[in-house]
Amino acid sequence: MDLRKLKKLIDLVEESSITELEITEGEERVRISKSGVGTQSHVAVPPSVASAAPASATIATTEAGERSPEGHVVKSPMVGTFYRASTPGSDPFVEVGQTVKVGDTLCIIEAMKLLNEIESDKDGTIKAILIENGQPVEYGESLFVIE
Amino acid sequence: MFEKILIANRGEIALRIQRACREMGIKTVAVHSEADTEAKYVKLSDESVCIGPAPSDQSYLNIPAIISAAEVTDSEAIHPGYGFLAENADFAERVEKSGFVFIGPRPETIRLMGDKINAKNAMKKAGVPCVPGSDGALPESPEEVKGIIRAIGYPVIIKASSGGGGRGMRVVHTEAALSNAVIMTRNEAQVAFGNPMVYAEKFMENPRHIEFQVLVDEHRNAIYLGERDCSIQRRNQKILEEAPATGLPTRLCDKIGSRCVDACRRIGYRGVGTFEFLFEKKEFYFIEMNTRLQVEHPITEAVTGIDLVQQQIRVAAGEKLHIRQRDIVQKGHAIECRINAEDPYNLIPSAGRITQYHAPGGPGIRVDSHVYHNYVVPPHYDSLIGKVIAYGDSRDQAIARMRIALSEMVVEGIMTNIPLHLDLLYDAAFLRGGTSIHYLEQMLAQHNKQG
Repeated sequence: MDLRKLKKLIDLVEESSITELEITEGEERVRISKSGVGTQSHVAVPPSVASAAPASATIATTEAGERSPEGHVVKSPMVGTFYRASTPGSDPFVEVGQTVKVGDTLCIIEAMKLLNEIESDKDGTIKAILIENGQPVEYGESLFVIE
Repeated sequence: MFEKILIANRGEIALRIQRACREMGIKTVAVHSEADTEAKYVKLSDESVCIGPAPSDQSYLNIPAIISAAEVTDSEAIHPGYGFLAENADFAERVEKSGFVFIGPRPETIRLMGDKINAKNAMKKAGVPCVPGSDGALPESPEEVKGIIRAIGYPVIIKASSGGGGRGMRVVHTEAALSNAVIMTRNEAQVAFGNPMVYAEKFMENPRHIEFQVLVDEHRNAIYLGERDCSIQRRNQKILEEAPATGLPTRLCDKIGSRCVDACRRIGYRGVGTFEFLFEKKEFYFIEMNTRLQVEHPITEAVTGIDLVQQQIRVAAGEKLHIRQRDIVQKGHAIECRINAEDPYNLIPSAGRITQYHAPGGPGIRVDSHVYHNYVVPPHYDSLIGKVIAYGDSRDQAIARMRIALSEMVVEGIMTNIPLHLDLLYDAAFLRGGTSIHYLEQMLAQHNKQG
């Protein structure tokens, strides 16, 4: 499946209200699914097919302006509600651009009425804060990007 | 009725609960480990929450994570499924204390029936016949234990009080082996269940495993929904079940069913439950009660026409049971084959990607499975990948339909126990019916000898 055809399929999904499209052509299969943020496409080609397409390629396209920044991602170690500050009305623990050290508190995750301080596991600068104050988070969800 | 239910389980039962909820217009929240992110029911749920990494103790057994997920999603009730936390009284209590409805019995009831010694005593008081045994925990003194066991008569089985479901038990044939067996069972019980208390029961040579399904509401309405024969087991795990049980005296079954219902009222039971019995020489002997939905519930649904999961949810929402005992009639015959991802004869688990999947169908065939083409069976959990249920007007028709269904079923990329099921479905003793709980192991031993 050549890249032009693939790009056409991606555009098709993006522009329509289709959320998931899967096409099989001979030995090749493409599935494109639209999540809330952007479109991701996955190309799977069995190794026996000696055509131009690579053995397996995952292409993730995100809409302009929503690119995930590069850097170390701090992920949530638990399920709960994300808070930027220790109490409502207090200053947030960190802001974008702030320098942090390992062990600095970045945020609070509240679970079952207990407030858990989440600490940085890297020295660096806060590049991005990915969750809004008061938003629920699940295990493994990306919270901060530190460079 | 609930607006949103959190399903605290995985695999085929999570899908089953989700289907019941969707039919009732209830929103579903699927909690899942990182290994189950691509699960079918996760993708179909209204909301999903990743609660931890693959290992069960950090995810499906992680009580704070599950309750937290219920909080952030504003769920109203939590359905525990079977296994995992379904019979964990502490979980049930914490769910209720956190302001959610636990879809199951009260925590005190779970605690009572979870202690097998107390459960037997409660059943005796309710007039339910029990397996003769030590009538309580075995004492510390080996001499006293010897005396108690002599009175029961060898062979006996030593069981952990906090065990159940086939775990924490050991058979003793001679007095010489007794002391060691008791010590080992105590140690295993301490490690596995945190409680070293053990009791003893007469070991029955060739019993059948017959269990009775009950359904109870919060208004003291209680019914039993017939019985199931779950004698086809290996290592105390069921692999094939049937409803109704063949060749049982109807009046006796009705009497036992009524006693179970009476026992439910006495202990203030709520929800679905199963009373398990050994049946030998025309007598029933209670062994334990399961205070949850069971894997094999679909065969009861097939022969009674009642959706047990929906009834479970209705009862938990406080609704009155509209079904009367006289409405329950077992019609036809149903068989369930548990499809496990394992080598059919040496039982070694077989995780991995299902490279080809084709489910059977046709009249009287129901497939309860969460797997799909290209699904990866994770190695972290039990091997059950699905259940095939065959229903017919008679046992012969159910067997014929099951043979056809299993011959159509394709699961490639992993091993399954479908070949073992087919062996059973053509086995002379199985076809005659009424085989004991030891039969499958005898059959497997024969096969391995010839192999």
